[in-house]
Amino acid sequence: MRRRRDALPGLSLTLSLTVGGLLLFIVVPLTTVVATSAHLTAGRFWAAVASPRAIASYRLSFGASLVAAAACAPLGLLFAWVLTRYRFPGRRLLDALIDLPFALPTAVSGIALTTVWAQTGWLGRPLARAGVPVAFTAAGVTLALIFIGLPFVVRAIMPVLDALGHEPEEAGAVLGASRWQTLARITLPTLLPAVLTGVALAFARALGEYGSVVFIAGNLPLRTEIAPLLIMTKLEEYDYAGATAVAVVLLAASFLLLLVLNRAQAWTAERTGMTASRIG
Amino acid sequence: MSRRRVRPTDDPAVVRWVLTALALGVFGVLVGLPVAVVVAGALRHGVEAYLRAITDPLTVDALQLTLLVVAVAVPVNIVFGVAAAWALAKFDFPGRAALITLIDLPFAVSPVISGLVFVLLFGGRSLIGPWLIAHGWHIVFAPAGIILATVFVTFPFVARELLPALEAAGRTNEEAALVCGATGWQTFWRVTLPNARGALLAGVALATARAAGEFGAVSVVSGHIRGRTNTLPLHIEILYNEYDFSGALAVATLLVALALVTLAIRWAVDAHAARDAA
Repeated sequence: MRRRRDALPGLSLTLSLTVGGLLLFIVVPLTTVVATSAHLTAGRFWAAVASPRAIASYRLSFGASLVAAAACAPLGLLFAWVLTRYRFPGRRLLDALIDLPFALPTAVSGIALTTVWAQTGWLGRPLARAGVPVAFTAAGVTLALIFIGLPFVVRAIMPVLDALGHEPEEAGAVLGASRWQTLARITLPTLLPAVLTGVALAFARALGEYGSVVFIAGNLPLRTEIAPLLIMTKLEEYDYAGATAVAVVLLAASFLLLLVLNRAQAWTAERTGMTASRIG
Repeated sequence: MSRRRVRPTDDPAVVRWVLTALALGVFGVLVGLPVAVVVAGALRHGVEAYLRAITDPLTVDALQLTLLVVAVAVPVNIVFGVAAAWALAKFDFPGRAALITLIDLPFAVSPVISGLVFVLLFGGRSLIGPWLIAHGWHIVFAPAGIILATVFVTFPFVARELLPALEAAGRTNEEAALVCGATGWQTFWRVTLPNARGALLAGVALATARAAGEFGAVSVVSGHIRGRTNTLPLHIEILYNEYDFSGALAVATLLVALALVTLAIRWAVDAHAARDAA
């Protein structure tokens, strides 16, 4: 629809409310982090950003987030496929509950996961006996991040898979392609932008995640301490400069991801004519 | 949907069975089991102990603060969300895409940083913090800071749910109402809002769940003062760290229930929209 002139009122009111609210509650507070870090001398900033403890925390945060987001890709495809293509009792319930990790408060998720996977837990005990401790290791961090990231990937893929329908695959079948050829050459390439968007959303969320991780992580400096927790610890020690420096690194990574995500979403829209994901 | 015919692209029954079982199994272990453990752990010492835990004075204090935070943050969210959705869905202007990215920004920021920014802005060592504190305005380690941090993290929720609904509805209905002589406000209340009620409700439900359940951001600004700056999630953490596991899990069931209600509302809204579309 082309716009000729503005017959609808309210643009100036709603736009000023939006911009005003964004400036007041989002932009000014976020600028404070950058402004505060600018007060630090370069040496001080670098000492905080590149201390061995900080480096170890980035390695864990980025590494575990990357592994978890990657693990969410096949899991997300599985759930999206089953929920979109199959009809079975409880499908609608599963469809609703798949968002539970997103709706659940992170502290509750953290405690719940720790209770299950700790060495005294239902699943943690047999695993620990088998020599695979989960809680208080990097594996526990990754597990919590998979839990948190899964709905993002499922919800990114589902609308695209739904809109794709059966027709392109039927065309492939009619033209003599095998089922595997159809899936590999038609279905997966169409879903790829949505999968990548979901994975990027899950990664972005995982990078900053705090509540669901701190209970299961163990929080040992240099070993199982994620970057958001390091910020928290430095704040509790009144090391505001150190906390801010680490926050700047994390913020820069998040902004970069947001830009990549916008590109990925535009790509998905181009490929499929629709926007992926409603929760991210 | 009418009867399904068998398509050449339908998976064989074995594949369907295996994949469905796999999905249900993964979901059961990853999500179902932790939630079941919360409920089981909360009730481990019986219903009486459960009721005692959730009616404990400190729990009630935390609940009251959580309700206050929700009562302030969610309406703020509704006002900005509705305004933003109206401006972004009904109009096209330069910078529109950048504005949408800015609204999404809190989704990308770590909750810990969302709290940190308010400590840096209003804390004792900030530019205006000492002046505010000297005049009796406590923001950090006080309910005001908790509310500000909550507004920050919940900022995108209502706008993000409403925007697609208003975009899909287009402008023709509103234009028709205006041509027929309705004022702008009448058009909004009687034409726009009734059509977007479901999306608004879903956005409000999500914002409420997040406002009541926010942990990281609130943890940074709260100072953990019991009975004063303790919200339900912070109270759960304190109980847990004191090894009162069943108490922590009992309080957690309140927030699990809120999350389930939120999902139920969203599910009902989606089902309603699907029925309307059919």
